[in-house]
Amino acid sequence: MTHAAAHSASHSAHDDTHGHPPTSTGLDNKKIAIWAFIGSECMLFASLISTYLIYKGRSVVGPYPHDACLPPGCSTPLKAILNIPVTSASTFVLLMSSLAMVLALAAVEMKDQPAPTTFGDKLLRSSKLWLWMTAILGATFLGFQAFEFTSFVHEGLTIRTNLFGSSFFTLTGFHGAHVTAGVLWLLTLLAIDYRRGLGPKDAINVDLAALYWHFVDVVWIAIFTLVYLIK
Amino acid sequence: MAHDPSHEPHHSNVDHQSMGMVKEHPTWSTYWKVALILTLITMVEVWIYYIPSFVASRAFVPALLIMSAVKFFTVVAFYMHLRYDHKLFRVLFTGPLIIAMTTIVALMFLFGKLSSRTGALL
Repeated sequence: MTHAAAHSASHSAHDDTHGHPPTSTGLDNKKIAIWAFIGSECMLFASLISTYLIYKGRSVVGPYPHDACLPPGCSTPLKAILNIPVTSASTFVLLMSSLAMVLALAAVEMKDQPAPTTFGDKLLRSSKLWLWMTAILGATFLGFQAFEFTSFVHEGLTIRTNLFGSSFFTLTGFHGAHVTAGVLWLLTLLAIDYRRGLGPKDAINVDLAALYWHFVDVVWIAIFTLVYLIK
Repeated sequence: MAHDPSHEPHHSNVDHQSMGMVKEHPTWSTYWKVALILTLITMVEVWIYYIPSFVASRAFVPALLIMSAVKFFTVVAFYMHLRYDHKLFRVLFTGPLIIAMTTIVALMFLFGKLSSRTGALL
């Protein structure tokens, strides 16, 4: 029996502190709900990604994502509109936000342990630090996306320009909306942390936010490859 | 002696059972190693994007898809703790994921974006 299993056996899953009746699965209903929600979100993003892929290469007019047409083949040079270096940086930022999020959850779970003695321990055990870090990295990702959208509009690509514009802005816009919701969720957790402090009893609530945040990250992993890298 | 939490599991007053933990969650050092692996894979993805001969080859798209899938499942297994949590969560995630991926592939075939002979993205 693992330590976690032994540990959990000593704690009632549904003690009075939660005030909820027992569940038939023995699992927290909120966690089952977030996984069911994430499952439904998989299908939402699958529909958006497949729409993008179906419309890919079918735009009648430019700008185009990858196909650069340069003289002498074309009278007017058509530069690929996707900015891979910028998007690579934003992808790295989102990946690091997932690391910060998982460290925030670990810090909350360790709150009832003896006070850390070294500076490194204090950093690792600071839930506020990692929640702030996750929110800031998420906001930075949104900043990159705002920059990208603005530059595309300046280069003549809007949601109404062509099929690429319609499917691209819809897909990445939906993802950006999810990141925005995630940042707001993180800020509410931070507000609770400042108000009364997050402890092990709140780990389930931080876990729900973390699962949502990591899902947003894995969706971007798919979008980065399918939209940006595959020509 | 300085306390190093990076190599210790989480011994805390967390209700692990209702959170669905059936195995111990990874340590902090594991999380950092996973982040390093994800960064390295992303760097390789971007690097091969700038190699014209590789982009023109048939290995480009499969290589990108494989690397993307590795990143996807690494995050799901380690950061979302699916490797360590109750199997019901795995079912709730992988079920819709399989439906979603099947739908994408089916639509690609339906709209002529995939060739049944080559399996390549057209």
